[in-house]
Amino acid sequence: MKFGVVIFPGSNCDQDMIYTLQQQSGSEVVSLWHKDTDLKGVDFVVLPGGFSYGDYLRSGAIARFSPIMTSVIEFANKGGYVLGVCNGFQILCEAGLVPGALLHNNNHKFICKNVFIKKQDDCLLTASVPAKALKIPIAHGEGRYFAPEEVLNEMKANGQIMFRYCDENGTISTEANPNGSQENIAGVCNKTKNVFGMMPHPERAADANLNNTDGIYLFQSLLNSVLA
Amino acid sequence: MSATASTQLTTVETAKKLGLLPEEYDKIKEILGRTSNFTELSIFSVMWSEHCSYKNSITWLKTLPKKGSRLLVEAGEENAGLVDIGNGLACAFKIESHNHPSALEPYQGAATGVGGINRDIFTMGARPIAQLNSLRFGNPTTERNQWLLKGVVKGIGDYGNAFGIPTVAGEVFFDDCFNVNPLVNAMSVGIVKTGETISATSYGVGNPVYIVGSSTGKDGIHGATFASANLTEDSAKDLPAVQVGDPFQEKLLLEATLEVIKSGAVVGMQDMGAAGITCSTSEMSAKGEHGMVIWLDKVPTRQANMQPFEILLSESQERMLIVVKKGQEAVVEAIFDKWDLNCAVIGEVTDTKRLVYYMNGELVADVPAHDLVLGGGAPVYKREYKEPAYYAESKKFNIKSIPEPKNLREIALFLAAHPNLCSKRFVYEQYDSMVGTVNMTTNRPSDAAIVNIKGTDSALALTVDCNSRYVNADPEIGCAIAVSEAARNIVCSGGIPLAVTNCLNFGNPYNPEVYWQFVGAIKGMSAACLKFETPVTGGNVSFYNQSSYEGPVFPTPTIGMLGLLDDKATQTTLDFKQAGDLIFVIGQQEDDISSSEYLYSWHKVKNSPAPYFSLNYEHDAQDAVTSAIYKNLVQSAHDCSDGGLFMTLLESALPNNLGFEVMTTPGLRKDAFLFGEGQGRIVITVKPENLVPFFTMMLMKSVTTFRAGVVTAKPEMVVDGKSLGTLAEYKELYENTLGNIMKG
Repeated sequence: MKFGVVIFPGSNCDQDMIYTLQQQSGSEVVSLWHKDTDLKGVDFVVLPGGFSYGDYLRSGAIARFSPIMTSVIEFANKGGYVLGVCNGFQILCEAGLVPGALLHNNNHKFICKNVFIKKQDDCLLTASVPAKALKIPIAHGEGRYFAPEEVLNEMKANGQIMFRYCDENGTISTEANPNGSQENIAGVCNKTKNVFGMMPHPERAADANLNNTDGIYLFQSLLNSVLA
Repeated sequence: MSATASTQLTTVETAKKLGLLPEEYDKIKEILGRTSNFTELSIFSVMWSEHCSYKNSITWLKTLPKKGSRLLVEAGEENAGLVDIGNGLACAFKIESHNHPSALEPYQGAATGVGGINRDIFTMGARPIAQLNSLRFGNPTTERNQWLLKGVVKGIGDYGNAFGIPTVAGEVFFDDCFNVNPLVNAMSVGIVKTGETISATSYGVGNPVYIVGSSTGKDGIHGATFASANLTEDSAKDLPAVQVGDPFQEKLLLEATLEVIKSGAVVGMQDMGAAGITCSTSEMSAKGEHGMVIWLDKVPTRQANMQPFEILLSESQERMLIVVKKGQEAVVEAIFDKWDLNCAVIGEVTDTKRLVYYMNGELVADVPAHDLVLGGGAPVYKREYKEPAYYAESKKFNIKSIPEPKNLREIALFLAAHPNLCSKRFVYEQYDSMVGTVNMTTNRPSDAAIVNIKGTDSALALTVDCNSRYVNADPEIGCAIAVSEAARNIVCSGGIPLAVTNCLNFGNPYNPEVYWQFVGAIKGMSAACLKFETPVTGGNVSFYNQSSYEGPVFPTPTIGMLGLLDDKATQTTLDFKQAGDLIFVIGQQEDDISSSEYLYSWHKVKNSPAPYFSLNYEHDAQDAVTSAIYKNLVQSAHDCSDGGLFMTLLESALPNNLGFEVMTTPGLRKDAFLFGEGQGRIVITVKPENLVPFFTMMLMKSVTTFRAGVVTAKPEMVVDGKSLGTLAEYKELYENTLGNIMKG
């Protein structure tokens, strides 16, 4: 198992992701430079959070045109595993690798806080995650998930909804929706379930020093599924 | 105009327009041995501005305690203080103001403040790992102050979040005295391997001088001079003096800078902040006792036809000046090319000790480096000071003039919803506090922010503190309190205080009453820093924080303190842990409500002395609490500060929804017990089975220990058998008041 974490100019969660993957998997984790096209033979690509290319124009809009993304898109279309977190999710949406778009939070402010999410459909990132409220932080200005109704219906039919925002008891409600996301959606995957995008940061909840390790469930699920 | 700027000779009138005094103009003439041209005079005007030269403060700053076994550089020697934190690591940290730009353009003013302070850290080779800020605004219900606060917070957030360093702590305080001139102080903290720092120096004749990062534009010209004058109605015309920030460039500059330092090709480096190229070329040259020849036409510019003085004084952000070892040019250029940043040779090092600037082959300025800088030829003034009338007046306050209130609940509700005391959630949720996965306080609230140093057993404890009202009431005591409170926060979090950076926000130094506040604050800071063995490693002075309308702001010497947990296991949190735990108040309790929010806002008594304070007792109380934490006898620790014991108890009760029952101290007024802000008190909870060892330890430490009550499962606050109300109602007020005000 070999992970590759893409570093775009302006990525700022790349080192956190590398650290967490190393801690959780014990596997090799390499960084992939945005100007390169070589994926260095990795089995799993991660697009980390941050502000790629300053997020000028629109979050993720420029990053999708970088040389490395040509290779990532090709890799994903061949069934390769790709996870995008926060800005990574925005890039995946811009690249059309997962359906939908991420709009400005409905309060028009950047929001950083712990939120709760609950797993929905099964995929490799959620398969062995317990069906309780997980405390995972968010940190974004543009995280309001949106997809047209017919797209959303199709996604639901295909089981592409990974996570929804909920309260600490696991109740999915409007009050528990931090940013106005459609149907409280916090993370989705593509139809073939090899590309995953989510706004919350599991890598920020995977270190006992931080007194919150709910994110470990996701990494363990991922590793269990891939290694199985 | 280029030809005129370099050939046209100046007069004392030009000097005055640039903010120089007539005697300073004469001194410049003496230094040069001739009349300066406009470009040269501009150079002197920014370098001798208060902002760069500290000419009105340095005499007193030199009296601050600066020695300590852990200090790796002396205060003022480098861009930031450097403290040994063990494990072969050092911590670089500094706080700086961006008050005047923020008053005019809150978003860019605050954003570039964040950018500037971070550059001070990574120009030394340290990677920033945490940011803090300290903010002061006027009345939060007015439209202008809401515009200022929202703009400042968004500016700090947008810049800091994109830069990717967590904002881990801060403070926000409101008072009418800040209606015109808000205070925006930003602090950055970085880590570097000991011995791998880079100095802001220049030497080696023939070594190339590079400018890297953003292009140079016309923004921020004379920003340093602008920061060194009173804000007036005309200040809005100075808008070009406010710089524009680009956090994306800063992030690239950070990565490229650290990479280029690692390459070993760098002789010295300094970021470009106040006074731009002028400041970095002169300070680096003066430090390295060399000179430079600089070709200004080689500087990448954002707009065409910039004048030499504009290029020299531009405060465009996200730039660095680097002196590179000759022969290593290709290494350096490859790194900046990798990060898509400008990288241009603009000059070279000489042995003349002079700065010689050319534009298109024409000599435009020729000045000696040493005479420009602080510690060199920059002027040093001793200002007069005089005790203001209000000081003696405040001493006349007598608590007996305030009738003891019958209804404590209404006061408690008032304070929980006071903008100065309620949760600042509205503000801090706009900051990324978790990027970097080092913030150990997110899920374990404590008085100081605890920041993990990955790969070690240690963690940093960080805090910024200053109660401006106390300092106004009594600068000496108020500033000693600021230091003590910072130390108290670190101690309550399980850390040991190590060192201080300060941001001294005062009014016009030419006003003797303002200068009296400044001198008092320095004396108080010295006394407290000596007592807590926390030397001052550096910082920043911001004078002229007064408007033409309302006189000076409250004097605000913000203290940024660095502490260390050698062992993360000593991390101690402020929240009550379980019902039945015993509540103790450590420290002296007095019949005192002076300068409390309660007296000031509820009783509207605006002039009273600083609250009760004893440096010795304070130190003893902190020492005792540290011992108890180290013996694992403490369930929670929370300092008693703004809003008094009541706010301390409320803040400890809310996180786990645990109530309390306490008895007031016999012989003490109930309002003083609950709402007084007498200093040196810490609220500790202890498991019942640890009562004896805990109490014995406090006795041995000879600190006043009052058993106040017990933590209860019922989420209610009970004092002397009477309920102040449920936690649910207070939670609503405490958490949402500021957000609701800002919606208005």
